[in-house]
Amino acid sequence: MPALDELTRAYEESQRDPAFQAELDSLLHHYAGRPTPTYFASRLTEEVGPRIWLKREDLCHTGAHKVNNTIGQILLAKRMGKTRIIAETGAGQHGVATATSCALMGLPCEVYMGAEDVRRQAPNVRRMELLGAEVHSVKSGSATLKDAMNEALRDWVTNVRTTHYCVGSVAGPHPYPLIVRDFQAVIGKEARAQMIEQAGKLPDAVVACVGGGSNAMGIFAGFIDDESVRLIGVEAAGDGIATGRHAAPLCAGGVGVLHGAKSYVLQTADGQIVEAHSISAGLDYPGVGPEHAWLKDIGRATYGAVTDAQALDAFQQLCRTEGIIPALETSHAFAYLPTVAKEVGDDADILVCLSGRGDKDLDTVLAQLKSRS
Amino acid sequence: MGRIADAFAKAKKENRAALVIYVCAGDPDLRTTEDLVVAAAESGADVIELGVPFSDPTADGPAIQRASERSLAAGTTLAKVLDTIGAIRRRTNVPILLFGYYNPILSYGEQKLVEETAARGADGFLVVDLPPEESDGLRLPAIEKGLDFVPLIAPTSDRDRVTEAAAAATSFLYYVSMTGVTGSKATDLASASERAGALQRELNRPIAIGFGVKTKEDVTTVARHVDGVVVGSAVVRVIEEAESSAAALSAVRTLVAELAAGARRQ
Repeated sequence: MPALDELTRAYEESQRDPAFQAELDSLLHHYAGRPTPTYFASRLTEEVGPRIWLKREDLCHTGAHKVNNTIGQILLAKRMGKTRIIAETGAGQHGVATATSCALMGLPCEVYMGAEDVRRQAPNVRRMELLGAEVHSVKSGSATLKDAMNEALRDWVTNVRTTHYCVGSVAGPHPYPLIVRDFQAVIGKEARAQMIEQAGKLPDAVVACVGGGSNAMGIFAGFIDDESVRLIGVEAAGDGIATGRHAAPLCAGGVGVLHGAKSYVLQTADGQIVEAHSISAGLDYPGVGPEHAWLKDIGRATYGAVTDAQALDAFQQLCRTEGIIPALETSHAFAYLPTVAKEVGDDADILVCLSGRGDKDLDTVLAQLKSRS
Repeated sequence: MGRIADAFAKAKKENRAALVIYVCAGDPDLRTTEDLVVAAAESGADVIELGVPFSDPTADGPAIQRASERSLAAGTTLAKVLDTIGAIRRRTNVPILLFGYYNPILSYGEQKLVEETAARGADGFLVVDLPPEESDGLRLPAIEKGLDFVPLIAPTSDRDRVTEAAAAATSFLYYVSMTGVTGSKATDLASASERAGALQRELNRPIAIGFGVKTKEDVTTVARHVDGVVVGSAVVRVIEEAESSAAALSAVRTLVAELAAGARRQ
């Protein structure tokens, strides 16, 4: 708790410090490659109906939006005088982004990753190691993202004086959901200006995948005050909501407390957290950022879910129509577009957050496609 | 005064620290837990911390994590733990503090849990991931029913946090000996105990020290400075290593008796 208070104070001070903001902006521009383009996907539009625009976070350095947050947090950690960085990771994207930012700023980095995910996302483990990070394979519990986060929290309480815990999503205890949202808000801020410039109007709907919910929160942040813009999050329905094997707490979970935040979680009738299931390791989390729970409860955002199979179809569709290989996480947002199209009609603009690229998922996808044929 | 405060007062009068023993409910099964609690009480435990297992015990080290996993695999639920408390209460008067994480409590219903805890004869709650400012929903109904609410303070807790915790406490304050999880190696238990002792005098409230207290010697170190001492992972480990329930009972009797001897002040 004192560590969270310290972090809150340091973050608030950094927000008032023009030098901090200038350094962050400079790194996002020259190092991470911002602003990322917003791109009109004309061939996908022909298949879906409404005009589809893609916010290209897959073009960020490291291949996903995660780096927006890690550059911000590692700068903040340096400002706080922390000498060691830890992180949890599911798919490995946040781990790679953290390891990258630590290499950039010369801080040692240790990443906790579920043993199951170490197996599924081997290329990202190698990447983190090349970037100088130490990867700890977590075997406790279900050996996935939630257990990696448990282990990172245990490390943090033990080494709290020297260590900054770089949380990768808008989850965890306050102030993390706030900090991560703010560092990711650059996505929505850029996209809003780009839509006005390129489409001449705001989008009618903004669609993003939701695991913990950081890319969705980042792009939603730009449009939250524009009441005409529908905000739509897409969770992972895994094998199907009815099977119970999914990762959709907003659609099919209950209110609970996990990792220091009250939100929707997957749990048993006795309040034990249930393991999530998704083809995409990055959505494989039984909780979701508390601000998404709030947006759902007040009706500002709506949330749907698509299955592994639907995500896989959408993955191939984007490859085929636009020459873009999306991350499996991101593919969930694309798989929901037919549903959104029905809501908004053909004469409408839909902005999709293309949160990451799919090179890391090739083994998984090819194995799935082989087993289908 | 509740049973827990009575136990601390009695120990103090007898010139020893109150010995608080943690047992994970349902490890290896609830029938054995009942016997283990009775055995610990008979061997010198002044208070039992009865752990309610949780799927994600972020404050616990490997020993208690494994105990929680075994217990959940055996089908333990909060409802069944409450039944076990009823059964324990028919055999011993030892104060019982329910120790665990917030989500199973929230899921069960705070008001309902408080009523049933009181009805079964347990004495209070310690919820590791429920900070005082979020605790009213459990703490206030608990106090109304005469149950205790035990807040945690850590070496990193600042003045405001300590004051807040002391104000929320009804019997004792739980002082975490170090920054870390349960069962870690205490780096400097003597100086932690000294700091906690100073705090106990200043706040004029009993403090018990836990985390990393394993041996009779550790207990003696702590007992010099504060009114209570908590041993958890060391107890859980002897239960884990025992080859049968009978062996676990006998090992717990031996360990608790030894720790109780350590809690006596010379």
